[in-house]
Amino acid sequence: MTVFVIRRLMQSMAVLLVTAFVVFLGVYAIGDPVEMLISPDASPAERAQVIASLGLDQPLWQQFFTFAWNAIHGDLGRSFVFNRPTISLIFERLPATLELTFTALVIALAIGIPLGLISGLKPNSKTDEAIMTGSILGFSLPSFWQGMMLIMIFSVWLGWLPSTGRGELGSFLGLQSSLFSIDGLTHLILPAVNLCLFKLALVIRLTRTGVRETMPLDFVKFARAKGISERRIVFVHVLKNILIPLITVIGMELGSMLAFAVVTETIFAWPGIGKLLIDSIMRLDRPVVVAYLLVIVSLFILINFVVDILYSLIDPRVRLGDAQ
Amino acid sequence: MSILASLRREDTLTGRLTMGILRSPKALVATLICLLLFATALAGPWLTPQNPYDLATLDILDAKLPPGEQSMSGLTFWLGTDGQGRDMLSAMVYGLRTSLGVGVFSGLVALMVGTVLGLVAAYFGGRIDTIIMRIVDLMLGLPTILVALMLLALLGQGVWKVIFALILVQWATFARAVRSAALVEKNKDYVEAAVTLGIGTPRILFGHLLPNCLPPLIVIGMLQVANAISAEATLSFLGIGLPITEPSLGLLIANGYQVLMSGEYWISVYPGLLLLLLVFSINMTGDRCREILNPRLGER
Repeated sequence: MTVFVIRRLMQSMAVLLVTAFVVFLGVYAIGDPVEMLISPDASPAERAQVIASLGLDQPLWQQFFTFAWNAIHGDLGRSFVFNRPTISLIFERLPATLELTFTALVIALAIGIPLGLISGLKPNSKTDEAIMTGSILGFSLPSFWQGMMLIMIFSVWLGWLPSTGRGELGSFLGLQSSLFSIDGLTHLILPAVNLCLFKLALVIRLTRTGVRETMPLDFVKFARAKGISERRIVFVHVLKNILIPLITVIGMELGSMLAFAVVTETIFAWPGIGKLLIDSIMRLDRPVVVAYLLVIVSLFILINFVVDILYSLIDPRVRLGDAQ
Repeated sequence: MSILASLRREDTLTGRLTMGILRSPKALVATLICLLLFATALAGPWLTPQNPYDLATLDILDAKLPPGEQSMSGLTFWLGTDGQGRDMLSAMVYGLRTSLGVGVFSGLVALMVGTVLGLVAAYFGGRIDTIIMRIVDLMLGLPTILVALMLLALLGQGVWKVIFALILVQWATFARAVRSAALVEKNKDYVEAAVTLGIGTPRILFGHLLPNCLPPLIVIGMLQVANAISAEATLSFLGIGLPITEPSLGLLIANGYQVLMSGEYWISVYPGLLLLLLVFSINMTGDRCREILNPRLGER
């Protein structure tokens, strides 16, 4: 197990290094680095000074080394707009995004797994058809438009839920979150629903496929022959087998949800890192964009790492296959 | 042999698809809607009552009229007008042209790039395979929207830049699908026979292997076009996709976003419904094709 963890850790580091290099090339080689890193209204003297301090006269590999060295020490540059270190800007807004993503994921699983089970246990029934068509609809709804419609219906027409911002933050065990206050929760509902719909459709399909593949297997027949109740077969034995592919995909999708939060956060003015990214792109605040990319890729790698570990804990065959 | 007769035959790919779609009323409706929207997009300029981007035909006095109102010159705006007095219906048909054009074109190019790389990876194997598949894994590991977003943030706006970004995020899906299909096919006798006969490698790849890898490609192609249309709309909505001069459905919705709260719902609701209808009908058709072509699920 330790060998497995260490090997995965080293692979993750390699991926992070490659990403950092690509980002570095993207910023420093494709575009004009001076234009990107110095605010447009800087004076020529300032320009010359920044070029020298950035070491842009150095060879490329040396520049990359400096860039990586600073990044390792948590220095990803300063924002032009806020004139503060980008890394602290991002970490200030990260909790809002994580709380939104986490809530959306919980909703998607809580609704998606039961619907998928219903659908998969009675394939080709009317209910199954309705659920499957609904899931294709979920895939097809453009997230941004769907968010606008949610605001229009629930905020403008019905006036039930607030449409923008994070609301009042409650605090619990030293954590500040919208989850811990009534006002915060009402603010969270619409964005979380908006973010979860696409993944909900995915969870339904995965669960359904899993059920349909597992039900004809011998161990299910054996369990039936043993006289185990249908309820127990489905909820204990079948569900356990479905969890393996589900966890893998959810892990990968968590990363894409973090990315997709960009859209939801923009529409609902949710003060997370996605909104920060779009605002920074609009204001040409490039250091923030670069820092965002590195932080989000690190997050992906972390998530993938955790999923791999979880995966090998649940299904020992993975580890064995890897060792050979 | 007439085309109609070949469509009826169950042993050809097109025949299987046609008959499969005809058997499911839901899929048939979706396919017909798809075809209708394609036709509308193609015939766009001849159908619309107004050229929405010819400033001479616009009248600012017609701005923000609700659906069904008449213009100063007696034209009825069935779906209302936007802030510049543009007929929404006409603007939507033009938007549909742009959205479909970008989606289909980027999907097709990604399909070609992905197919070639996937076939090469599967057929030659070894180091070439490893390199191609490592890149594919990296591309698939990163979320589509994020890669496109970053690329456009670096490159700036523009139709070709959006198309480039969409191709870049899509080719890997095709490459992986083609590779796994080709890996199964390449060990079959007919490939060995072709090699023994001395047929050139390009011809084996594209003349013999490719046709047998088509079923998964068709399905993924459709789903990818739907995804591309959706992604383009999202990018345009965020303000980093298509420029204002090439208004897609996403941009039309974005224009309506600003006035949504003040009650002019039609400016963003109708383009959004059209976008949904387009993506949904393509996805429905694609899903049906998947059911037909996937022997594991079959027609139970």
